[in-house]
Amino acid sequence: MAYVPLADQDQDMEMHHPHSWVEKYVWSQDHKVIAIQYGGLAVLTGIVGLVLSLLFRMQLGFPESVNFVDPNFYYQAVTMHGMIMVVYFLTALFLGGFGNYMVPLMLGARDMVFPFLNMMSVWTFLISVIILMASFFVGGGPTGAGWTLYPPQTTMAGTPGHDAGIILMLVSLAVFVVAFTMGGLNYVVTILQYRCRGMTLMRMPLTIWGIFVATVLGLFAFPALLVACIMMMFDTVLGTSFFMPAVLESGTPLDYEGGSPILFQHLFWFFGHPEVYIVALPAFGLVSDVLSVHARKNIFGYRMMVWAIIAIGGLSFIVWAHHMYVSGMNPYFGFFFATTTLIIAVPTALKVYNWLLTLWEGDIRLNAPMYFAIGFIFTFIHGGLTGLFLGNVVIDLPLSDTYFVVAHFHLVMGVSPILVLFAAIYHWYPKLSGRMYNETMAKVHFWFTFLGAYAIYLPMHYLGFLGVPRRYYALGNTDFIPLSAQDLNSSITIAALIVGASQILFFINIIGSLKWGKKADPNPWGAASLEWQTPDTPPVHGNWGENLPTVYRWAYDYSVPGAAEDFIPQNVPESEVAAARDAKSPENNGE
Amino acid sequence: MGLIKTVTEKPWERKGVIGGMAPEGTFAAESERVALVFFLVIATVVFSLFMVSYYLRMELPDWEPLSEPAQLWFNTGLLVASSVLFQWSRNIVVRDHTRNLYTSFFGAGVLAILFIVAQMVTWNHLQAGGFYLSSNPAIAFYYLLTGLHALHLIGGLWVWSKCAIRLTSGGEPGEVRLSIQLCTIYWHFLLLVWIVLFAILANT
Repeated sequence: MAYVPLADQDQDMEMHHPHSWVEKYVWSQDHKVIAIQYGGLAVLTGIVGLVLSLLFRMQLGFPESVNFVDPNFYYQAVTMHGMIMVVYFLTALFLGGFGNYMVPLMLGARDMVFPFLNMMSVWTFLISVIILMASFFVGGGPTGAGWTLYPPQTTMAGTPGHDAGIILMLVSLAVFVVAFTMGGLNYVVTILQYRCRGMTLMRMPLTIWGIFVATVLGLFAFPALLVACIMMMFDTVLGTSFFMPAVLESGTPLDYEGGSPILFQHLFWFFGHPEVYIVALPAFGLVSDVLSVHARKNIFGYRMMVWAIIAIGGLSFIVWAHHMYVSGMNPYFGFFFATTTLIIAVPTALKVYNWLLTLWEGDIRLNAPMYFAIGFIFTFIHGGLTGLFLGNVVIDLPLSDTYFVVAHFHLVMGVSPILVLFAAIYHWYPKLSGRMYNETMAKVHFWFTFLGAYAIYLPMHYLGFLGVPRRYYALGNTDFIPLSAQDLNSSITIAALIVGASQILFFINIIGSLKWGKKADPNPWGAASLEWQTPDTPPVHGNWGENLPTVYRWAYDYSVPGAAEDFIPQNVPESEVAAARDAKSPENNGE
Repeated sequence: MGLIKTVTEKPWERKGVIGGMAPEGTFAAESERVALVFFLVIATVVFSLFMVSYYLRMELPDWEPLSEPAQLWFNTGLLVASSVLFQWSRNIVVRDHTRNLYTSFFGAGVLAILFIVAQMVTWNHLQAGGFYLSSNPAIAFYYLLTGLHALHLIGGLWVWSKCAIRLTSGGEPGEVRLSIQLCTIYWHFLLLVWIVLFAILANT
């Protein structure tokens, strides 16, 4: 079987049309259904992560107010919150959810290249989530080692969940890596091989560029996590000493000898740092498209945006040790990693300038997605600037493991991507569901989330400067921490509870609008990219009806001078644009 | 079409259909082949990270060098023969011939299975000689890396067995041509990985 371009292929060749309800909604091979399964499961897992964070925030704000939050539970909640949010919520929602939904639609394909593999991916993800959640129900509970799972403490008595909990965590992560690899191969090959006629790489919307590079990062970075998990599993279950040094447990020497805990840290962060960008790059892409559509302007510096995405992706593999400044390393390494870390600020800042310049003199429509997108620019700048502090060895050392770090990474890779997720969900909701969400409710949701996020994380910077350490169940009587720090902690907790509760608005809006929402126009925002040009809304199985679209232009023809409308869809040829212009211009029709 | 040329084009200036039925930047290869190449890169990353860990771990004071069992040379021979037979069956199927297809194709799979069995026998010998997983880090890496390599080969054998079922149930060689081609690439990759592993494991 030789290579056949997508546009030449027999239209029904790859399509496996579902015959029953179960095939259509459960064992579905349709990328849109899989996207919703992936996204839904990620959101459900994310809710668990959110509730855990509120529980340990109660302990921090109002010590011992919730009677089952003891020190063990506190550590378990912190650990599971971190791992769930980073891996099972953000990664799965951006790549599994948005990746699956957007890639074929934005590229003008009928589905992913390997629909069956795609289905396997989502079910494998479900298995990994079930294994993860099972750890709440085993003896000893889930692991409480911190989401970084540093040995040797991870597997030693005294750490909650050091027996069954950590094993389930490692197995779940390994299964997740398998699920991600199946999905990731699909996204990459689909983006390379299944673009419709005329869709060159440089005509792809930035969403696709973000998803593409993030997936490549994931495919290269997740193996490091897999390797670390396998070796730690061997140490835990089979008694090898890859990571475990000679160590005493309650005064008794354990059977380990000579292993290197630092080796684990290197492997973990070789995954862990690119992971930040696995989450951030799809967010960068999605927000670029939302900003451009609602500002009625082409994205400023499209090519630079693409280069920046690629450069960030490349650089993200040579900065990992900036997470390990306090682990001890050769000072020259510290210098190297500090330098690369600061260099990564260049393409990142470039993206921020381009977003701002996209807004400049745009015909801005302040719809709810635009609120969230502009909110993202704020939180991302603030979170990014503190990254410049922490990237320097000498500033990082005193701030390491304080609330300053917590504030930094929550703003930059927690709040910022989540604001983009809300922007993207509101923006594409009309296409996905065929109905409009409630605009007022969405804006109320925005203000609670945006202002609430600042109420939570701005004071944390100050706590960090005071030297308040992260991951402590209780602060005790410490001279350098004033009593007022506790008041600040209480206020943070109150803000967190309000933000948490305000997310109910989002769910009411999204679920309620399915039934009561106004019927949506196929292209309510006047967007130019392909996913808005489908013959049906929501798109049906196969996406494009009889014929695949042909692309004649890039995805950002907004407010083109002289054009009849303020946007030209990607699949409209130049001749039609000229005809529409002539029909409209007064000289030609004699008005 | 170089990468630099692609990313420096000005998409806002170029209108109309660019390229033929396939857009610029598409590889003129089957999707499965592209996916396999990506998979091989991922597998390379996995093995490389293990090897880096191996060398970093080796520098620590409790490392005890391991003398490799001579049997590994024999096992290597099996894997080489399996790869050669796969190449043979690929050459046959690419030319649309059928003569010797069964011999080469089934021979390749059987030799790969024999390789895995032989590796397990070597494991047993090591265990009998008192080399347990937890005895020292070199032997732990030995079990880990050979096990991982065998798992990859078992994955390949799964595809091989699907082809084998296709062929024996009267399928035309043309139906399995792509599978055999891709399996051959995968087999050569695993042979290469094995040779590198053998070299570094022997080089403690």
